[in-house]
Amino acid sequence: MRIAIIDTSSTRAAIISDGLREAGLDDLVVIDPAGPLAAQVEAARPEVVLINLENPSRDLLEDFFAMSRALDRPIAMFVDQSDAEATGAAIDAGVSAYVVDGLSKQRIKPVIDLAVRRFQAFSRLQRELDAAKNALAERATIDRAKAILMKRRGIDEPAAYALLRGQAMRTNRRIAEIAEAILTTEALMGDQP
Amino acid sequence: MTDETMRIGFLPLVDAALPILAQELGFAEAQGLKLELVRDMTWATVRDRLLYGHTDAAHMVAPLAIATALGRDRPAVPMAVPFVLGLNGNAITFSVRLAGEVGLGAGLGDPLTVGAALKRVAGERRLRFGVVHRHSSHNYMLRYWLAGVGIRPDVDVDIVVTSPPFAADALAAGEVDGICVGEPWNSIAVDRGVGQIALATAQIWRRGVEKVLALRSAVADERREAVLKLVRALHAAAAHFADPANAEANAAILARAEYLDSSTDAILRAITDRLRLVPGGEPVHYPDFMFQYREAANFPWRSQAGWLYAQMTRWDGIAYSDADAGIAAEVFRPDLYRAALAGSGAPLPGASSKLEGGLGGPTGAGSVQGRLVLGADGFFDGRAFDPDDIPEYLRGLP
Repeated sequence: MRIAIIDTSSTRAAIISDGLREAGLDDLVVIDPAGPLAAQVEAARPEVVLINLENPSRDLLEDFFAMSRALDRPIAMFVDQSDAEATGAAIDAGVSAYVVDGLSKQRIKPVIDLAVRRFQAFSRLQRELDAAKNALAERATIDRAKAILMKRRGIDEPAAYALLRGQAMRTNRRIAEIAEAILTTEALMGDQP
Repeated sequence: MTDETMRIGFLPLVDAALPILAQELGFAEAQGLKLELVRDMTWATVRDRLLYGHTDAAHMVAPLAIATALGRDRPAVPMAVPFVLGLNGNAITFSVRLAGEVGLGAGLGDPLTVGAALKRVAGERRLRFGVVHRHSSHNYMLRYWLAGVGIRPDVDVDIVVTSPPFAADALAAGEVDGICVGEPWNSIAVDRGVGQIALATAQIWRRGVEKVLALRSAVADERREAVLKLVRALHAAAAHFADPANAEANAAILARAEYLDSSTDAILRAITDRLRLVPGGEPVHYPDFMFQYREAANFPWRSQAGWLYAQMTRWDGIAYSDADAGIAAEVFRPDLYRAALAGSGAPLPGASSKLEGGLGGPTGAGSVQGRLVLGADGFFDGRAFDPDDIPEYLRGLP
C-alpha cells in the first residue's frame, strides 16, 4: 500500500515515516509541501494521503481529488463514516487522511492509528522542547534579577537567591515571576535611589 | 448569566465579523452564551473540525455546507444553516498584467464590457483564475459571469483553488492571473501593488448569498435553545455591524492578531463599501459591496440554496435530481431563524423561498412580522432563478 505524506514540518514527516516503516509499511512517498502538490501526488499515485490538518493546500488537494486526475478510482476522506471515532481522533491529533475509495477498513485503520500516535508523539516532543526553552529563558531572568539585587543591596548571590525564594514562598508565586517583577521595576525606576 | 459555550470555527475574512463581534461586544453574553472562536486557514479544516465535533458551529462558504449535506466527495452529513452571515463582500482581482491587457479603467467596470475584453485576452493566452474552494460561492459566481460573457470555464480558462490567506500570494507569484476571494484579501493584493480589483461579486448577483452559520443537523436538534440564542446574538451583532458609526471600532477589533491579523485600513474600506481598486488610488464607493442585516439579509432563503445547488450540478458534472435539490434546499433552515427572532421586531419573511434576481428596485415583501422591503437583487445578465423549476433554468443557461 503506497502512502504519501504531506507535512509542513519535515521533522514530523520523518517521525511519521519512521513509524510506518517500523510497522512494515515501507512504500512511502514524502511530498515536498513547497513544491507543486498536485503534480507530485499524481506522480506518486498513492492509495492513502496523510496530510497535516494545518496545511494550507488542503482545499487545493480536495479539488484535485474531486477531479480524480490522480488515480483511476476516486479518493474519499476516510474509508467509512462508521469509523467516526477514529476519524475524530485523527483530526484531534492534527492529521487528515484521504483514502482511495474501496480500500478496506481493516487495512487502513492501522495506518491511521499509527499516524495519530506519531502526531501525538511529535506534539509531545514539541511541548517538551518549548518547556526546555521556557526553562532556559526563566533561568536567564532569575540570573538578571539576582544581579540587580546583589548590586542594589550589596549582597552575595546565595543571599540574593534566598531573597527571591523567600518572596516567592510568602506570596505563593513562582521565583521566575518575582524575578520578572524585579526586572520590570528596574526598567521603570532604575535611576531612583 | 453566561452558562453555555459554543465553539465556532472561522477563516480570517471580513465576513467572519458577526460571530467575532457577538463575542467581543457582549451580544452573545447577553443571551447567556460564551463563544470560543477557532481560527483555521482552509475551508476543508473548518469543515472537518465541525464534522468531528471540535467546533459546534462554523463560519462557512454556503455551497460547502450544501456539498457536505449531499455527500459530495465524502460521506454525507446532514447540515443546518439557520442564519446567513452576509451577502456578497467578494471581488474579482486581476493581476496588474491582466488589468493592463483588459484595459481596466479607474472605477469598477461593467461586467459585460470587462467580460468582452477578458474574452479577447483569453483567446491570446491561457488564463488561470484562483477561487477559494471547489464548493464556494466564489467559484460559482466567477463561473456564472465567465459563462455569461462567452468564456467557457475549464475549456477556455483554468480555475484552480487557493485558500483565501494565500490568494494574494498566488497573484504576486504569477501562479494565477486573477482571484475571486473575500475581503480583505483583494484589498491586500491591491495594497501590495500586485493586483487591481476588476469587479465586485455584487455586480454579478446583486444579493448573492455568501457565508453562512453552519452546524451539523444533529447539533442543531440537540442544542436547539443554544442555537436560537446564537442566532439572536448574531442578529444583534449584525445591527451593530451595519451601523456606519461603529465601522472604525469594528475594523480595529477584526484586525487583531487573533482574528484577521490584518490591516485595519483594508478592513475598514471593505466594511464601509469603499474599495481601493488600483494600487495607490483613491477608494471608490460601491454601495452594498457587502451586505448584512438590512432587508432581512441574514434570512436563509431556500431559493438561495437552490441557486447554489443549480450551479453545483452545472459545474460538477453531476446530474440534477429532485431528491438532491430537496436536500440542498432543506439545509437552509428558515424555521430556526423565525423561531429565534419571533417577537423581537425583526422583519420575518412570510415565505421561505422566492424568485431570485426578479426585483428591479425596492419592493415590499410579505412578512409575518415587521415591515420588509427588498432591494434590487438582479443577476448581471438579467436572468431570474425560479427555485421551483431548476431543470428549466439550467436548460436556459449558456
